[in-house]
Amino acid sequence: MSLCPKLMITKLSLRPSLVVLIYRMMKSWVPKSPKDFVPLYQDFENFYNRNLYMRIRDSWNRPICSVPGAKVDMMERVSHDYNWTFTYTGRVIKDIINMGSYNYLGFAQKAGTCQEAAAKVLSQYGAGVCSTRQEMGNLDKHEELEKLVARFLGVESAMAYGMGFATNSMNIPALVGKGCLILSDELNHASLVLGARLSGATIRIFKHNNMQSLEKLLKDAIVHGQPRTRRPWKKILILVEGIYSMEGSIVRLPEVIALKKKYKSYLYLDEAHSIGALGPTGRGVVEYFGLSPEDVDVMMGTFTKSFGAAGGYIGGKKELIDYLRTYSHSAVYATSLSPPVVEQIITSMKCIMGEDGTTVGVNCLLYLRSLNTDLS
Amino acid sequence: MAAAGMGQQWVLVEMVQAFYEAPAYHLILEGILILWIIRLLFSKTYKLQERSDLTPKEKEELIEEWQPEPLVPPVPEDHPALNYNIVSGPPTHIITVNGKECINFASFNFLGLLDNEKVKSAAQASLKKYGVGTCGPRGFYGTFDVHLELEERLAKFMRTEEAIIYSYGFATIASAIPAYSKRGDIVFVDEAACFAIQKGLQASRSNIKLFKHNDMADLERLLKEQETEDQKNPRKARVTRRFIVVEGLYMNTGDVCPLPELIKLKYKYKVRIFLEESLSFGVLGEHGRGITEHFGINIDDIDLISANMENSLASIGGFCCGRSFIIDHQRLSGQGYCFSASLPPLLAAAAIEALNIMEDNPDIFQILRTKCERIHKALQGISGLKVVGESFSPALHLQLEESCGSRENDVKLLKRVVDYCMNSGIALTQARYLEKEEKCLPSPSIRVVVTVEQTEQELDKAALLLKEAAQSVLN
Repeated sequence: MSLCPKLMITKLSLRPSLVVLIYRMMKSWVPKSPKDFVPLYQDFENFYNRNLYMRIRDSWNRPICSVPGAKVDMMERVSHDYNWTFTYTGRVIKDIINMGSYNYLGFAQKAGTCQEAAAKVLSQYGAGVCSTRQEMGNLDKHEELEKLVARFLGVESAMAYGMGFATNSMNIPALVGKGCLILSDELNHASLVLGARLSGATIRIFKHNNMQSLEKLLKDAIVHGQPRTRRPWKKILILVEGIYSMEGSIVRLPEVIALKKKYKSYLYLDEAHSIGALGPTGRGVVEYFGLSPEDVDVMMGTFTKSFGAAGGYIGGKKELIDYLRTYSHSAVYATSLSPPVVEQIITSMKCIMGEDGTTVGVNCLLYLRSLNTDLS
Repeated sequence: MAAAGMGQQWVLVEMVQAFYEAPAYHLILEGILILWIIRLLFSKTYKLQERSDLTPKEKEELIEEWQPEPLVPPVPEDHPALNYNIVSGPPTHIITVNGKECINFASFNFLGLLDNEKVKSAAQASLKKYGVGTCGPRGFYGTFDVHLELEERLAKFMRTEEAIIYSYGFATIASAIPAYSKRGDIVFVDEAACFAIQKGLQASRSNIKLFKHNDMADLERLLKEQETEDQKNPRKARVTRRFIVVEGLYMNTGDVCPLPELIKLKYKYKVRIFLEESLSFGVLGEHGRGITEHFGINIDDIDLISANMENSLASIGGFCCGRSFIIDHQRLSGQGYCFSASLPPLLAAAAIEALNIMEDNPDIFQILRTKCERIHKALQGISGLKVVGESFSPALHLQLEESCGSRENDVKLLKRVVDYCMNSGIALTQARYLEKEEKCLPSPSIRVVVTVEQTEQELDKAALLLKEAAQSVLN
């Protein structure tokens, strides 16, 4: 019997869960809500959490107490009640080889040029900002960062935000609305899905990295128009990621761009994992394929992974960035980036570009590429 | 009964016998008929024509002809929100805006902790130990001991069982609401709720019922209507969760919510309360614990308190606190918690030190309140501008007494007032909104923020300058 392995694994793993399911259903227990109130969690919704997740809960959320570098120190914790609560023994397990943090280029350091620059800015500016970008939170540091990001990506203009997740969920609704169509990859990140949902546009999913599926959806969309009314779509936005974090696959960018040009739609590329990690000079998946950044309408990315900081950015044409500066939810209602974090991004980006006068950045990129070829 | 059983057995045996003795064609015909009936039962009665009868050539023409709108419409160069004020240097008490040195009346630095040396040195120590970024979400080695310590300290300070931290203030309430309220649930929310709450509600896909700002009679009316609906369908009512979402100190109007009446309504109609305390945390109450301390209410009566650490604590991020039963759910269902990198440790350390300062100096809250009352009194009676907000609210609004007709003109007029003040050394800002996205757009206003660092002379100077500005611009 030659069933594909995925199906076999699913079938085998369901069997013991079924037994647990039936056993637990007969023995369900809910902590008491206040009297007469509707229960906050339905039994069925919380089932997975209480019965399956609790058993293996200790694999996640492990606290560490050092820089997330090549080696990391972890706090030891034990559970005496089958993972319902944890106690810390106080012991620290030192020098564990870290293959779990997204520290691709090693810029998460506690000493060195990046840390010193961030320390200087911290003593000068403080940790917080206490205002939004449009009110009193636009520091000169933010303007400097945005010019640098635009230069790094090779685009006309860029804008930086305080959180990578929020960059997607707050800017996609500003770009598209009702009457527009979003074509989203099957395995897109939760932030892209949330942004697409909040925008109010119609969402259609195409199979992961499958260009035939995407082309079929594009053709059908333009030929048939909006469902029921048959009006033409206002615009079509394709949402893809540079590297898909859970699968490790790279998007087929040349083909996506060819399709986008043929069907006159717009491309939103989320380079959270690929910026700084792909391409000979770390410019991301666009450089990896040897394409021009002008072909991608909206280049989005985060500073959390390769730059060892926090936050996100969007780069593109000047009209796009001017529009986002005026109408992005984040610019109006959310606090801007913290100054030491901004300085960390500026220093690490200059290092990658080689502008700090050393070859540290270039060496990091070469080393990362050699590791990749060694592993594959 | 035994005879009937035997009789049934006989019938069964006969049926099996008949089955064996029947001719083959009969059996095959019966089988085909049964399969046909099953197919008819499960197929659609009428296949809608999904595919139109367009030829490929016509499809090509349609694709050629279709012209999309530009990705973004052009923004005029003089749009008021396009050109930001550039702040050179730290946004502290004395701030340099667009090259001019002013006294800061626009940043939410209520307790003056932004340039506090102790806070900065705690952040420096954390920077030396952990670097800047955490390089991972909370689930994948992004949990540092600083985060756990901050959560414990916040829970202890607010006297709740547990607290959970988010790395972005806006994302805190916008992720907390959809974690509990799903499609089919009902949320009663105040009209003047801030944008983050509105986005959280939109993401939750629940039924939203708006009640007039701070109007408990209107809320009770809505609750009564809901009760009568529930009596018609008790089964559905038993699984529909109900929530009230209010803010402690409203960002858009500067009022407080009438919490004691809300608690009474909570127990009368069995609705849960979610309280957003971004402005009131570290401001109201004897020790800065927020509106529950201000009104003397037991904190366990509130189901969830959410606040951001970007105002009084002068850091970045946000937190939710409440009973463990409620907060623990967000560790798997809060989107902004699970799918996003954790808060940089230096910011968490800064927040812990800020909490220490708040606990060691409980008299700063009274000092802040005195200053708020002083400026509130001083700003009364300006011709052309009215003060909106409570006397103890550190974030007031100054709205035009009479509108000039269109919102655009009002905004331009207020900009002239703000520019006059900036040129004379007081940094103010207009309250910014997304005009097309807000559910209930507040009127244009100037935001006046009071901090503990402002001296009485500076407060009087600001009030005087605003009087002059209003006089010269509006009359």
